[in-house]
Amino acid sequence: MALSDKDRIFTNLYGMHDWRLPAARRRGHWDGTGALIAKGRDWIIEEVKNSGLRGRGGAGFPTGLKWSFMPKQPGDRPHYLIVNSDESEPGTCKDRDILRHDPHTLIEGCLIAGVAMGAHAGYIYVRGEYYNEQLVLQAAIDEAYAAGLLGPNACGSGWDFDLYVHRGAGAYICGEETALIESLEGKKGMPRLKPPFPAAVGLYGCPSTVNNVETIAVVPTILRRGGAWFAGFGRPKNSGTKIFCIQGHVNKPCNVEEEMSIPLRELIERHAGGVRGGWDNLLAVIPGGSSTPMIPKAVCDDVLMDFDALREHKTGLGTAGVIVMDKSTDLIKAIARLSTFYKHESCGQCTPCREGMGWVKRMMDRMVEGRAEVAEIDVLEQVTRQIEGHTICALADGGVWPVQGLIRHFRPMMEERIAAYKAGKAAPMALAAE
Amino acid sequence: MAKVTVDGIEVEVPNGVSVLQACEAAGKEIPRFCYHERLSVAGNCRMCLVEVEKAPKPIASCAYPVADGMKVFTDSPMVRNGRRGVMEFLLINHPLDCPICDQGGECDLQDQAMAFGGDASRYREEKRAVKDKYLGPLVKTIMNRCIQCTRCVRFATEVAGVPELGATNRGENMEIGTYVEKALTTELSGNLIDICPVGALTSRPYAYVTRPWELRKTDSVDVLDATGTNIRVDARAGEVLRILPRTNDDVNEEWMADRGRFAFDGLKRRRLDRPWVRKNGKLHPASWAEAFTAIAAGIKGRKIGAVAGELVDAEAAVALRDLMAALGSNHLECRTDGAAIDASRRDFYTFNTGIAGIEEADALLIIGSNPRLDSPVINARIRKRVATGGIPVGFIGPRGLNLTYAQDWLGEGGAVLNALIGGQHRFNEVLRAAKRPMLILGRGALARPDGASVLAAAWQVAAQNGMLQPDWHGFNLLHHFGGQVAPLDLGFTTGIPADIGAVWLLGAEPVGVPDGAFVIFQGHHGEAGAARADVILPGAAYTEKDATWVNTEGRVQRGRLAVYPPGEAREDWKILRAASEVLGVRLPYDSLAGVRARLAEANPVLAGPGFEPHGCTDTAGPAGDAGGVSEAAFLPPVANYWQADPISRASATMAECARTYLPQAAE
Repeated sequence: MALSDKDRIFTNLYGMHDWRLPAARRRGHWDGTGALIAKGRDWIIEEVKNSGLRGRGGAGFPTGLKWSFMPKQPGDRPHYLIVNSDESEPGTCKDRDILRHDPHTLIEGCLIAGVAMGAHAGYIYVRGEYYNEQLVLQAAIDEAYAAGLLGPNACGSGWDFDLYVHRGAGAYICGEETALIESLEGKKGMPRLKPPFPAAVGLYGCPSTVNNVETIAVVPTILRRGGAWFAGFGRPKNSGTKIFCIQGHVNKPCNVEEEMSIPLRELIERHAGGVRGGWDNLLAVIPGGSSTPMIPKAVCDDVLMDFDALREHKTGLGTAGVIVMDKSTDLIKAIARLSTFYKHESCGQCTPCREGMGWVKRMMDRMVEGRAEVAEIDVLEQVTRQIEGHTICALADGGVWPVQGLIRHFRPMMEERIAAYKAGKAAPMALAAE
Repeated sequence: MAKVTVDGIEVEVPNGVSVLQACEAAGKEIPRFCYHERLSVAGNCRMCLVEVEKAPKPIASCAYPVADGMKVFTDSPMVRNGRRGVMEFLLINHPLDCPICDQGGECDLQDQAMAFGGDASRYREEKRAVKDKYLGPLVKTIMNRCIQCTRCVRFATEVAGVPELGATNRGENMEIGTYVEKALTTELSGNLIDICPVGALTSRPYAYVTRPWELRKTDSVDVLDATGTNIRVDARAGEVLRILPRTNDDVNEEWMADRGRFAFDGLKRRRLDRPWVRKNGKLHPASWAEAFTAIAAGIKGRKIGAVAGELVDAEAAVALRDLMAALGSNHLECRTDGAAIDASRRDFYTFNTGIAGIEEADALLIIGSNPRLDSPVINARIRKRVATGGIPVGFIGPRGLNLTYAQDWLGEGGAVLNALIGGQHRFNEVLRAAKRPMLILGRGALARPDGASVLAAAWQVAAQNGMLQPDWHGFNLLHHFGGQVAPLDLGFTTGIPADIGAVWLLGAEPVGVPDGAFVIFQGHHGEAGAARADVILPGAAYTEKDATWVNTEGRVQRGRLAVYPPGEAREDWKILRAASEVLGVRLPYDSLAGVRARLAEANPVLAGPGFEPHGCTDTAGPAGDAGGVSEAAFLPPVANYWQADPISRASATMAECARTYLPQAAE
């Protein structure tokens, strides 16, 4: 059962309508925002908790709980809201469409989230490459200021709220919340040690909360329609609607807002026109952006797209960037390309990630050719285990999971490649992952 | 307090300390590379991972605060695997050049690889190569060996106060460097060598010289500035090859200034290694007996006086004083720079707050001193205080000096001092608002015609602004060399009259010696004193004798003989004792213990410890007219930090530093 149009939060995901304020208002945004704010901080947090909303940036931390970590009484230090729009995960492009087609959902969400966490200022950290998106966002913010929706006494609520857009410079690591804060402060984007967590010591040493664009953007609709409405979608603890980015070997790649816990097969066949060459031509799917381990077709047949179901299969929902790979794909080469990406994006702070990513990348490069020993697959696996969980941030974990997924499900393919190389045969023709 | 269980051992530690500290309290050694007690926590090497009960992942113990009831495991399979993994990662790109690496034998990476690493490498790819960087004439870099622990970056930024080092690039291409290649502008750069856990930053002068296990290590005291830095002199075959700081939290923590660390090659150059006697206007080599005979003849019937230089130990000074007394002379001087020091009370000429006391101060006034050059280590202590407490620092002296911390420039000359005495200056408010204000008066500020007035005026500022309390003494004089306080303690302030007929220069410049006077120069390096001398007696430098040194605090510390003096040179008190015999006034001691007993008798304070935190109950000031301070500007006292004393002037390393950092001084 698919999500019906009346239940869509992002009513202009495809840019078929105008993004500007009057059009956004016609679609229901900024409707009674002042009244929502008037219900107070505690009510907002409670309603978000009731909705079961979990962070949409990849880790899936309950949003209401995260907001409640902010100090209840503002001390001498200001509170800050930070919106993570440094969407750099390969296979993910949901925030981009929100920024350029539906910026007012985000801006309205920022105001409400700001109230909920006692922040009078918010920063939206936009990925550097999203140049045009940032222009749209800034124009939308300017509109909101002009209409009195932001600034002093925003929406007539009595709450002063300023919103600033900051552009990144194209580093994947700056999407990690503490690296983002460092970058926002003008420093090199390197993750900070936790604890202290940003809710205690964040931007400029002040209590801060970093949320993903999609997380913030769904909040106004949740409040307007009620947490129970949002919680009604999906399985318990995995509730709500979610934008899925379906790409790769499908007939019609697309972004689509769907109900959580939708079966993967239904998602692909209903919205993306099915796998190229039919479902049986499917080889594997990376279900949640490049850092989640892939799952083979056998798992894809009946897996549900939500946090817990995917975790059961040792992968994750991540950002819900579904990368579909059919049987023409050289999976080893695909994963080797991801290893190159993570090696390139490692900030270089922690030893395991700095040194290990290059090692993994080089071994993967040899695996592509088959120029390796079978025992080295085990070395590769152990090296990924040595990296995982031993670093300050989760980049290293995300960087090795794809390799672990490959070895877990497609080890015979790797052994075959090695045997073929030893036999002097050329590696199978690579097609997809160039 | 929090109760923490480490491997079953229960310890109680203060709240807020790290898990690593708790483990150390339990007696468990945690391997580490990036963590350093005196630097901020980076938490990036991941070597200190430990397991905490209920935590799904190992945690970096250096950065994780303890919690009550925490159970820590430092030797579980999770921890062992984590360490072995980190060790393997650190080694995959580390060159296997231990046999030619100067860090070999004292390398954290070597030691910890032995203790916690695996036995073989599984790495089959190519190793990373990193271009070496130029950091100046003292620090040599071999960046292939760098493990990116960023200790050097944090030291330069936090302790030295020169944020010139940093990391460029990302991931495995991350490199430590100055970005724009240039020599580091700090007088503490040698400490980078000490804190680097691997052989990436090593000593340039010490490159390929020796192995640490071949060195004989002697504890001693640095005298090339007045800090009294505790040092270890490493020598082999009668030659000093390296000087390293020792930890003493009351004095130098574990830092050391570059001049003290690197100037020792001057101990081998331009040395006086045999006696000389002037005959017919020319100096000729002589035996000790000939030299003493010449002295006996030269001083006969003449009025004699003695001058102690800036690197004089207490034993030599007391022997010289006794010799003069035996010859019937009371003409003693040690203030060769002309500093108008009043030695009538010890707190008039010492650093009464103490170096560690700086950390308790809450306002600071610096008069006519550039502590960064006068004593880089004390300056680092001031910087530490400013960085942690943000205390106000008022500065009277040349404008625009970079002291490595924010200072409030009040003016450059005596006018400000006069205004402060009047109590009308804006900084008076700051001082009065402080509970523990202190001032540092540079010795250089006293070496001018109105020096006595400057001293009196500074004391008056201290007295009027709450610096002199029964439990707090905020008046501090910062000397320049380690041999300047002991002669003051021994009363070398009676002065040399203009009609003096003979002068015994103990390592001193022939300042104020009239033409025609008979001059005896006793010391280790020649220069002007030896050129003027009629008899030259070769003495021992600070590494070559068992001697007592008094630092600017008045702290009495013992240095030990690390190598023997070259040639026929002897320890200075022995020379004086031998001379006394020939001069017919035999001094009554024959052993070091004898001299030291005499020293304690001459001034009990020299029996040690010499300095203990003290207050000031008698606020009566030194002699001198506080109102007589001229408006003249306080000049920078140390023009050439690198070549400020006879040893460093003979040092090739220091000459190279002067060429690098002071191109105009080296022409």
